[in-house]
Amino acid sequence: MSITADTVKHVANLARLKLDDQELAPLVQQLSNILGLVEQLKELDTDAVTPMSHALDMPIPERPDLVVPTSTREAMLANAPDTEQGYFRVPKIIE
Amino acid sequence: MDPTQLSLVQAHAWLSSRQISARELTAAFLERIDRLNPRINAYITVDREGAMAAAQQADDRFRNGTATPLTGIPIGVKDLFCTENLTTTCGSKMLARFRPPYESTVTRRLKEAGAVILGKTNMDEFAMGSSNETSFFGPVRNPWDTERIPGGSSGGSAAALAARMAMATIGSDTGGSIRQPAALTGLTGLKPTYGRISRFGMIAFASSLDQAGPMTWTAEDAAIILQVLAGHDPKDSTSIQAEVPDYVNTLVNRLDGLRIGIPEEYFPDSLDGETRHAIDEAQQVLRDLGASMVSVSLPHTRYAIPTYYIIAPAEASSNLARYDGIRFGYRCENPEDLKDLYTRTRSEGFGAEVKRRIMLGTYVLSSGYYDAYYRKAQKVRRLIARDFQDVYTDVDLLLTPTTPGTAFPLGEKKDDPVAMYLSDIFTINVNLAGLPGLSLPCGQDHQGLPIGMQLIAPVLKEERLLAAAHAYQSATPWHQRKPEL
Repeated sequence: MSITADTVKHVANLARLKLDDQELAPLVQQLSNILGLVEQLKELDTDAVTPMSHALDMPIPERPDLVVPTSTREAMLANAPDTEQGYFRVPKIIE
Repeated sequence: MDPTQLSLVQAHAWLSSRQISARELTAAFLERIDRLNPRINAYITVDREGAMAAAQQADDRFRNGTATPLTGIPIGVKDLFCTENLTTTCGSKMLARFRPPYESTVTRRLKEAGAVILGKTNMDEFAMGSSNETSFFGPVRNPWDTERIPGGSSGGSAAALAARMAMATIGSDTGGSIRQPAALTGLTGLKPTYGRISRFGMIAFASSLDQAGPMTWTAEDAAIILQVLAGHDPKDSTSIQAEVPDYVNTLVNRLDGLRIGIPEEYFPDSLDGETRHAIDEAQQVLRDLGASMVSVSLPHTRYAIPTYYIIAPAEASSNLARYDGIRFGYRCENPEDLKDLYTRTRSEGFGAEVKRRIMLGTYVLSSGYYDAYYRKAQKVRRLIARDFQDVYTDVDLLLTPTTPGTAFPLGEKKDDPVAMYLSDIFTINVNLAGLPGLSLPCGQDHQGLPIGMQLIAPVLKEERLLAAAHAYQSATPWHQRKPEL
């Protein structure tokens, strides 16, 4: 299984990553190698197998819907790269 | 005796009898960190003030009779557990200046028990790696040979403990990240059942696989720490609502009647000869303790690595979407627009291995590929889990090597992701099946490097793992071997 440089660029865009030319070539090769490893799974007939999405078969727990205090606005904003008047600040998105 | 060489149980006895104060004990560890950490690079952050303040409180608890077995015990915590107002980097440039506004359940429970948190230990970036070479803060060196890797991703927790820069450490294990470094540094490392310990405040890598656990010098020490960490947490909906047994009082010195399965798939021709020999000898020790060995088969073993390298990157690519430069963490300089902000923040903030896994995860989840990759992997995951369920109708535990060989030289596998991924070949299955697994030292190779073996138990049978490991350690010297530094 090999993937092309164009596919890798497309996926990078989906993941919001920008790859320079030095990063791109080895990544195409490495991803192809990893996907080659993954190809082995095709040997197995899994038509009748239910997918396992959770490590343990347990019911989804429920809890009362109560309001509990969490961190303050100041604490949550303290790590933000840029804030203004109690909000996160981002570049202008509407012209 | 140098107090940094005590086990947790011994230190508790010294503290209880006032042979040493918690402040003296903490100061001894901080001095040792100052001396050795520049060579080993096991800690990213050392919290001197916080540790001494916690030690002072521990001394108060010994005076007023509220001390627990962990009170005053100096512990290192992997830098992916959020500690309120103490920098938590996850080994990444992305979080190099992140000061969490809340406390993880793991560190909260440690603090409530009176433990002294010395600092935050180095790790592979976002816990992605098997050698601790992907950390933004530089590689960790193995105290047994500083030209070799300590394993990963909890490499800092392993090296700090092996070098006696902590009395115990906390790691996390998504595909072997507690057990593999424990094996490569001569320690006892326990990955509990998925959900046994809360994941609240643990920075997410692969949410269906991540689990915290203790790294210690003995199984008895691991039992004491698990006792404090295990239990349901309303803040983690995947944490198990089951009673927590008494892990310490169920430790035994004999294993009469215990049936231990030896899965043939874990002893391939490629297995290191000295590792194979060490495990043969360990089987004899276990037989002498009363256990019997049974050959078993886990036929889907070889599909674990490909299954893991779909599921873990898929979950990681989703979890790591949150690092967008808006609410916390790194942000690039002078973004042109919002898309440029996202893209440059992530490209500059993540290292090569993290980008590789995000790319892989994004690819397998992308339109048209979901069924072929992710759903297929989830189906194979069930087959792997069923293999274990089937053998546990016949045996109580499984015994395997923890790693295919001993610690390898720095740089050896750094540019070959597939070779690196294969170093977790014996540990990954356990995460996929959600089972508890424990690595403990069982020998040394001709270069003096530690060899580890792994015990695997059915769901929620941690006490069985700890009891078998404790009995083995009562009969063997390997867990007492120390690197010369």
